[in-house]
Amino acid sequence: MPDQTPYIGRAMKRVEDPRLIKGIGTYVDDLRLPGLLHACILRSPYAHARIQRIDTTAAKAIPGVVGVFTGPEVNDSCGLVPCAAAIPDLKAPKHTVLASDRVYFVGHAVAVAVASDPYIARDAIDAIDVDYDPLPVVVNPEEAVKEGTPLTHPDLGTNVAFTHSVAGGSNIDDAFKRADRVIKHRLYHQRLTPMPIEPRGAVASYHAGEGTLTLWSSTQIPHLLRTLLPGMIGVAENKLRIVAPEVGGGFGAKLNVYAEEALVSHLAMRLNAPVKWIESRRENAASTIHGRDQIGEYEIAVKNDGTILGIKSRTIADLGAYNQLLTPMVPTLTGLVLTGCYRIPAVKIDIVGVYTNKMSTDAYRGAGRPEATYLIERLMDVIAREMGVDRLELRLKHFPAPTEFPFATSCGLTYDSGNYQGALTKAKQLAGWDQLLKERAAARAAGRLFGVGVSTYVEICAMGPSAAMPAGGWEWGCVRMEISGKVTVITGVSPHGQGQETSFAQIAADRLGVPIEDVVVLHGDTNVAHYGRDTYGSRGTAVGGTAIVMCIDKIVAKAKALAAHLLETTADHVEFANGTFSSPGVTNREIPWAELAGAAYIAKSLPAGFEPGLEASSFFEPSNFTFPFGTHICAVDVDRDTGHVAIKKYIAVDDCGPQINPLLVEGQVQGGIAHSIGQVLFEQTVYDENGQLLTGEFMDYAMPRASDIPEYVLGHTVTPSPVNPLGVKGVGEAGTIGSTPAIANAVLDALEPLGITHLDLPMTPERVWQAIKTRTAATV
Amino acid sequence: MPIPVRLRVNNTPREHTIEPRVLLVHYLRDHCNLTGTHVGCETGICGACTVLVDGKAVKSCTVFAVQADGSDVTTIEGLATNGHLHPVQQGFWDRHGLQCGYCTPGMIMASVHLLATGAAGSREAIAEGLRGNLCRCTGYSHIIDAVQNAQQAANAEVARA
Repeated sequence: MPDQTPYIGRAMKRVEDPRLIKGIGTYVDDLRLPGLLHACILRSPYAHARIQRIDTTAAKAIPGVVGVFTGPEVNDSCGLVPCAAAIPDLKAPKHTVLASDRVYFVGHAVAVAVASDPYIARDAIDAIDVDYDPLPVVVNPEEAVKEGTPLTHPDLGTNVAFTHSVAGGSNIDDAFKRADRVIKHRLYHQRLTPMPIEPRGAVASYHAGEGTLTLWSSTQIPHLLRTLLPGMIGVAENKLRIVAPEVGGGFGAKLNVYAEEALVSHLAMRLNAPVKWIESRRENAASTIHGRDQIGEYEIAVKNDGTILGIKSRTIADLGAYNQLLTPMVPTLTGLVLTGCYRIPAVKIDIVGVYTNKMSTDAYRGAGRPEATYLIERLMDVIAREMGVDRLELRLKHFPAPTEFPFATSCGLTYDSGNYQGALTKAKQLAGWDQLLKERAAARAAGRLFGVGVSTYVEICAMGPSAAMPAGGWEWGCVRMEISGKVTVITGVSPHGQGQETSFAQIAADRLGVPIEDVVVLHGDTNVAHYGRDTYGSRGTAVGGTAIVMCIDKIVAKAKALAAHLLETTADHVEFANGTFSSPGVTNREIPWAELAGAAYIAKSLPAGFEPGLEASSFFEPSNFTFPFGTHICAVDVDRDTGHVAIKKYIAVDDCGPQINPLLVEGQVQGGIAHSIGQVLFEQTVYDENGQLLTGEFMDYAMPRASDIPEYVLGHTVTPSPVNPLGVKGVGEAGTIGSTPAIANAVLDALEPLGITHLDLPMTPERVWQAIKTRTAATV
Repeated sequence: MPIPVRLRVNNTPREHTIEPRVLLVHYLRDHCNLTGTHVGCETGICGACTVLVDGKAVKSCTVFAVQADGSDVTTIEGLATNGHLHPVQQGFWDRHGLQCGYCTPGMIMASVHLLATGAAGSREAIAEGLRGNLCRCTGYSHIIDAVQNAQQAANAEVARA
């Protein structure tokens, strides 16, 4: 008999871990195929240049080199890199897999060499001779929108990819007419590099006899790849198998269809041999998508008591040189949740997407929501300061009441459920808010720069209703009760660290009443998980988990019909509990799963019209997104002499609905906060005025290390979502969304006695020190 | 010109003739077929390739295989003994010290070295000792928990002995 305690809600160790801690998991680079060839890509050192000549003769002459190819030799066979974002009137450059006659950013792929050994492939690209004729470079998106400036893509005639305007709620002009004050603020969300520790990589193998192609890729989206790759390489969807093996982190960077995936597929067919390409870290920094890079100007209409009447925003989004899968959509997501947790009656949002000679921006952890949350939560502190009201009171005043959900926002969303007051109250308690303020007073009296910051957030998860998604937002699942009574769960989501082999097994074991050891969760291979929409937007459990629940409901219903037959009663007299079917009052006989499954598959005695087997598949179409929320509080010490920020205390209260596995939730939240610590204190992707990438390595791109991390105090509240039967909301991005403004607000709170009211991110020691020095000099 | 290299990897003698430019990490992965040691940056920053060379934590992308000639190398695959996880591996499993698992072999090997040198006495010491290893998933807190767990297990082992 299984343990009677439900598995759901238990902090269980992961079933994924043994293979990973023993070093016997299989990532893309670990694949060994007979006759495997290795590809290496030559990339542009220039941000914008005309390719005058490419000479591959010397490269081709190196022993072991199988082929060297340039854009004109492969582009026609590899199609165009797709963008799935539906943006009206989007002006888009043709995105070929290798550059044709021009390069548009540093890292732009120019040629590929294939050899019997990766070292030789690298020798080969060093031996390729390219003449570049440098062209004017576009790096500043605010300059790029002006008339008469150089063009990223001269053939488009403009640097503006699109303009997007949304007005919601009541009349924005009226709101500003009724205002006592209009507060203006400018905020820059810097460019970031996602930097999963495993770079991208792909292996393609073509079976000429079957005409089938298998592509192993370090991707979050094997199914979307299977949908989109046929249009590029001309292999039909049903002849294409995509496998996402172990994937070493994604964070949105692997939520994309990349040129290299089409390129290695084409090379495997062309050379009739399996081909592997593994990205170097330098390539990853230059040629895998970046995130954020939005500049916003804001105007807020307020009454004297702090009441917010409306917000106008104008955002310039730096798209980079090309549209990757969702590039132009990300800044529009910022507009969707700009009002945050608050009742703000009128909004007007204008977004301009701009091409520059840089790598594309796209969805990086949070995609649009961290931007929006940083903006609204910084603005709440600005309003509180300007209007002389308490920052917590100001937030509470604008929260909808828990009874007002579902709550329609001015941005056009309907928040499913929420208790923002509850999360804020709990965070305040856990933080010892009043005590923290006393500590701050004492520190200030002693001349120390100690600050306390708060942020409340709501985010959009469980992506999503298909009507709102570019390529279907449903999720597929399949559950099979095997003849032995073991359970196979197959999901269309594609976890890469989230732990759904464990959490989905918890769900299945509970719902089927079997020991968790009897459940196996499969994913990431389109020959096994036939359909899916994969893992992004904190959708795995809320959407994918629900598809599993639907399958189980179908299996249990079918099993009851068979049990009724075997128990010689009717299905409505069959009870199912703890993995056993019975009919109290009719018979003492009990049928466990193994016996029932045996009957279903051996099929000697089935009710009339009963299909053999016990397997069900389902597509779950969510009726709405889910909207997790929470409050984060942070206390920092700023060193006056060095500008160094030390996080002294970090409290996060997150509400993602019921937690399937609290240990995994904790891991997601902690990891998410670390991304924000990086964003607020260290990280920025920097291009110089020539479009040269200065942060092309871990040596130059400062990610947080173990000693930069505080001890977290984590709490939660539980407000179930009405959108799915598990009530779950999603938690993959919450940490990153909630924490950036909490930390930034804390640093600015610390610096307030010096009259410093704004600093751009990242608040590096140098930037903080400069601000302190300037202020101190001014007041001496 | 390829030259011979002889070393012991996870207590197994190995002998190959390789190009002098082959990095130790590539030697382990491609010649010994031990793919548990990962490559994250090739510049010695991320630590995903950390192995023990004569008991010391070494980033195997920063040395040539021929430089390790004659030495004793332990990789993640050689850490468990007789089917029993090393206390650090167990700690990582028990405390959810990994998510995607890519940095994990290096992180575990660095932690083993930290424990062996007695430098894992406090959370601060562990955090400082692991500065050479990057993780993008966990936010490190669970990793520090995992190493503390392993330290406690080691202490208990000593107390029992």
